[in-house]
Amino acid sequence: MTSPNSSTGSHTHPADLPPLAVHGHQTRAHAAHAPAVVVKNFNAWYGSFQALTNLTLDIAAQRVTAFIGPSGCGKSTFLRWINRMNDTIPSARAEGTLRLRGDEVLARDMDVVDLRRRVGMVFQKPNPFPKSIYDNVAFGPRLHRVYSKSDLDMLVEQSLRQAALWNEVKDRLRASALGLSGGQQQRLCIARAIAAGPELLLMDEPCSALDPKSTLAIEELIEQLAERYTIVIVTHNLQQAARVSDTTAFFYEGKLIEWGETEVIFTKPANRQTEDYVTGRFG
Amino acid sequence: MSFGRARSKRVRLWSERAIRWTLFGASFFSVFVTFAILVVLARESFLFFGFDEVSVWEFFATAQWNPLLGGEQHFGIWPLICGTMLVTVIAACFALPIGLTAAVFLSEYARPRTRAILKPALEVLAGIPTVVYGFFALTTITPFLHSIAPRFGNYNAMSAGLAIGIMILPIVCSLSEDALRSVPRSLRDGAYALGGTKFDVSVKVVIPAALSGIVASFLLAMSRAIGETMIVALAAGGIAQMTAEPWAEVQTMTAYMVQIFLGDAPANGVEYASSYAVAAVLFVITLCFTLLGRYILKRFREEYE
Repeated sequence: MTSPNSSTGSHTHPADLPPLAVHGHQTRAHAAHAPAVVVKNFNAWYGSFQALTNLTLDIAAQRVTAFIGPSGCGKSTFLRWINRMNDTIPSARAEGTLRLRGDEVLARDMDVVDLRRRVGMVFQKPNPFPKSIYDNVAFGPRLHRVYSKSDLDMLVEQSLRQAALWNEVKDRLRASALGLSGGQQQRLCIARAIAAGPELLLMDEPCSALDPKSTLAIEELIEQLAERYTIVIVTHNLQQAARVSDTTAFFYEGKLIEWGETEVIFTKPANRQTEDYVTGRFG
Repeated sequence: MSFGRARSKRVRLWSERAIRWTLFGASFFSVFVTFAILVVLARESFLFFGFDEVSVWEFFATAQWNPLLGGEQHFGIWPLICGTMLVTVIAACFALPIGLTAAVFLSEYARPRTRAILKPALEVLAGIPTVVYGFFALTTITPFLHSIAPRFGNYNAMSAGLAIGIMILPIVCSLSEDALRSVPRSLRDGAYALGGTKFDVSVKVVIPAALSGIVASFLLAMSRAIGETMIVALAAGGIAQMTAEPWAEVQTMTAYMVQIFLGDAPANGVEYASSYAVAAVLFVITLCFTLLGRYILKRFREEYE
């Protein structure tokens, strides 16, 4: 278990690993960034059930990290701890180190409102508010700051452009967001998350409710967004993880089995369980 | 081999038929009764306008209601409508904000155990006979109002309005809470994930999403308030007048009908017939509220689906 890809090994930053096979994000992979999120000995429970055991990993800044693993392995639970969404579940608790740019996420005095402004989230099923397209995107910004109308207009346009939705909706910003297709709604939710000005974007199986064409659009979008944002994506779709991510972390039964460069995880995993999962022998 | 004995096809056929007719009979009966009431209302109102003392013009276009004086009688319905509206507005001003606030608390803020105790307790309020509210208004609310401002007399619109407000509070709260709770969790999650506080999420996302249900609960409560009889008969007084003063004694449409049917007026007289005309107007008003409520529900139903 001395491989740098092992969770029990040293906390090697994936960016320090030697460059591997040709990969779309190779240039980004070379960039030496401090990790956006540092996790050490992280444990989480629902009541007396331990959902996550002793996680230790780094999430590299401005790269895409994918969490994979069978259902119930704890990957979504972990994702929802990064922005403390689990606070809404009374029986959920966690301990250990979880640092976002040096700030302890689990600290008692952590301002959860500010944390969630810094960490955007996109959900499994598109969940636009029953408001206009414009008001959906402006929702986050309006919560945190007071804007002049022109500034807000600009921010909404910028966010919709970044989410690759602007051209489709620019003529009907005042129309209800519920009139959009599922794929458009999900891109709207991404625009809504971006508009609040996050450093980190969490995506919880963002394509699982979408058709293949919309899925492709979202995947392309993720590639573009990774130039500005740190992205963590939970996915059941192994091909998707292989396509969009720079780093992959494999979870199994609440433990982080292995994490490292996506190429390595998918071609030369150090762990037998990882290999069985990525080659489709179980899961 | 097979177990059991085949059931008779004929018995099945006949029982199906019997069930069908029983169900049809029940629904037909309720519709029939409603229409029978409508027919009686329409016929008696028609008879009322046949009396020499009244005209349709006077009834709808003048504002003096003096049906019982021995001398000159006046049948302008507006003072009764005015009294009804005054009491209803007072009840609404009391019950709608408090009911909605309580609903938001129960649905968004209260712990499950608090909610499990409070909601049934509130619904008990809905089971109290209205005559009890009437006496509560007379013996508790009125003296209280009088002690604050002596201009509140023994009978006043405020006291009756507040009692009606207490009566419709559970309707507003319970139905609004149902509407708030049916807003999908995913919308709340979306708002929390953007950094919304509990208040942001409740006021900016959950209430707007549940608005159709909330408005429907408001309208239902309003039509209950308009049609409420016992409380106003006991606490509001018996003077039909055009006033917007909450300390004034007023008579509502329902209170007038009670007065007539309790025997103040001879049967077959014009006063007696006038109560049917008043009832018909009341029916039209509450019907409008119900239709408006249905329209709003339908118009905005697909909000979050």
